Amino acid sequence: MSDASFDPAAPLAPSGNLRRRRAFSRIAEYGATAAALAAVGVLGIVIFGVAVHGASAISLDFLLKGSPDGIGPELVGTAEIVAIATLIAAPVGILLALYLTEFGNSRLASWIKLTLDLMNGLPSIIVGLFVFGLIVKATHKQSGFAGSVALAIIMLPVIARGTIEILLLVPSSLREAADALGVSRWRTVLGVILPSALGGILTSTVLAVARAAGETAPLLLLCSVYDPSQVTLNPFEALPNIPTTIFRLSEEASPEGFTQAWGAGLVLLTFIMVASIGARILLARSRSKMAQ
Amino acid sequence: MAPISSTLPAVSTAVSPVPGSAPARSRSADRRRSLDRLGDGALYCVCALAALLAVATLVGVAYLVVHGAGPAISKFGLGFVTDTEWQPTFGAFGAGTVLFGTLVSSFFALLLGAPIAISIGLYLSLLAPKGLRTAISPLVEMLAAIPSVILGFWGLIVLAPFVQKNVEPWLHDKLGFIPLFGPPQTTGLSVFTASLILTIMVIPIVASISRDLFLAVPRDVQDGASALGATRWEVVRGVVLPSTASGVVAASLLGLGRALGEAIAVAQVIGAGTQINASLFETGDTLAARIANQFPGAITEMHQASLFYLGAILLAIGLISNVCAQWIGRRFDYQRGAAR
Repeated sequence: MSDASFDPAAPLAPSGNLRRRRAFSRIAEYGATAAALAAVGVLGIVIFGVAVHGASAISLDFLLKGSPDGIGPELVGTAEIVAIATLIAAPVGILLALYLTEFGNSRLASWIKLTLDLMNGLPSIIVGLFVFGLIVKATHKQSGFAGSVALAIIMLPVIARGTIEILLLVPSSLREAADALGVSRWRTVLGVILPSALGGILTSTVLAVARAAGETAPLLLLCSVYDPSQVTLNPFEALPNIPTTIFRLSEEASPEGFTQAWGAGLVLLTFIMVASIGARILLARSRSKMAQ
Repeated sequence: MAPISSTLPAVSTAVSPVPGSAPARSRSADRRRSLDRLGDGALYCVCALAALLAVATLVGVAYLVVHGAGPAISKFGLGFVTDTEWQPTFGAFGAGTVLFGTLVSSFFALLLGAPIAISIGLYLSLLAPKGLRTAISPLVEMLAAIPSVILGFWGLIVLAPFVQKNVEPWLHDKLGFIPLFGPPQTTGLSVFTASLILTIMVIPIVASISRDLFLAVPRDVQDGASALGATRWEVVRGVVLPSTASGVVAASLLGLGRALGEAIAVAQVIGAGTQINASLFETGDTLAARIANQFPGAITEMHQASLFYLGAILLAIGLISNVCAQWIGRRFDYQRGAAR
């Protein structure tokens, strides 16, 4: 301190222990960055692989014709199964969310929230077993409808959670304004709350569709023995569908089958990616609009 | 959505003051009031019914899966859980092999995946510049959107041969003295490959939950630690991780639940082995994958009931890990509650 040559920067230069701590911190930062890059990299590698292998299989015939040339009937069947599942899951999910946000101020509500969380964590193959015992055992045959019920059970918690989240964002001033005008509860819900949350509800439904469209395990048990050469529309028959087709082709291990499986995988993955990216963009937008 | 548009005009007429004769107004007001009472009741009933339906579904799942396993439960009893025999043609069934495979593959998936996922959560919440964060967060969540059948097919065609040629020989060379890393097999279909696929599935779940947890840690506490001279790592180690530890454990348990229950992707890459092997590079099988593989072809009643029994075991393990996750998440997460 008494030294004549005073260097104001000297005490601030890291030395010994501090240098080691900083180096360790730097390494940890690099590690975390590398982990994030690795995840994005894996995503890129998988999508790239599916795109490269699948592109050679894609043609107009492949999308429109039946087996053995294409996957037309499977496309129609998957669309039908998912559509029926959405028709079952969306009303139940929205009403459930309304119950929790508008009416459920009790201990019952916390049990129902737990139920939703547990349903969300239910392995999809277990849902398949359940619907097998519920429908297929009783009717003695597989059907697209059974598949729809299973997918609806998988979609329900996704829709309900998304709707709850968006309903909680509805400004309380809207609710209070309706109350002040003497509007009854049900008119408030149907006329004010639901319309202002509609965008968010739709996007969470689309997210649920994206999740259900790729589910294979329940369909394998409920809707896997079908005729892939022609379009089937009756939902009480086994409907051809893309996920079980990919699974069957991957188990058969023939080169042409693999090419078809890549093609079907590319179609399915494209739909799911477009749906979930689109839904995410819309969700972010409607959320920021409501938060204002 | 028809009811919405039809009720909107009704709302507006209800609130606009009608300068008309008093008796007419009160009669319409009476009608409206009784309609409102009816509507309120109906809406409440429908919503409560939907909630009950969800609860009934969950109870129904547990009941029907156990019910379907009935014949196997009464024949084999609890010994089924540890019995390693599985020969459908001789009517001998036991869950030991697949239970072992399930636990090992999920454990390794979590061992690999959780640290990576937590690091990603830290990067996204504390390190990444804002622009990169909004770009990378959805990409990581996109990983969870890849259907398991496509991920499994990719694993079968691309990952398994790569692992068999490059990763397994290297690990066997360096760590071969541990029985886990035995000599590589011919196809690359192995418990190890299945664990890698499960790792890819676990990461987005754990990463996105832990990112939200870390984002909720109050900024001023972190700044306080920095002001006292802590490096970035020391802030994480001393402030961020301790205050979110319970949430991170809960997130890992949720990821574990996902890994335990995955059927399709595992069925495609694990090789449907029938024995318990010490080496990760041998084939194996898991509860869910065996159900997916054998259920469509199960003809005898006992075979089907045994597969239901496997499902019941899977359901029990899955529910336990999920309930633990919820319990830990709610019981200890007072910080999260305060931050929101």
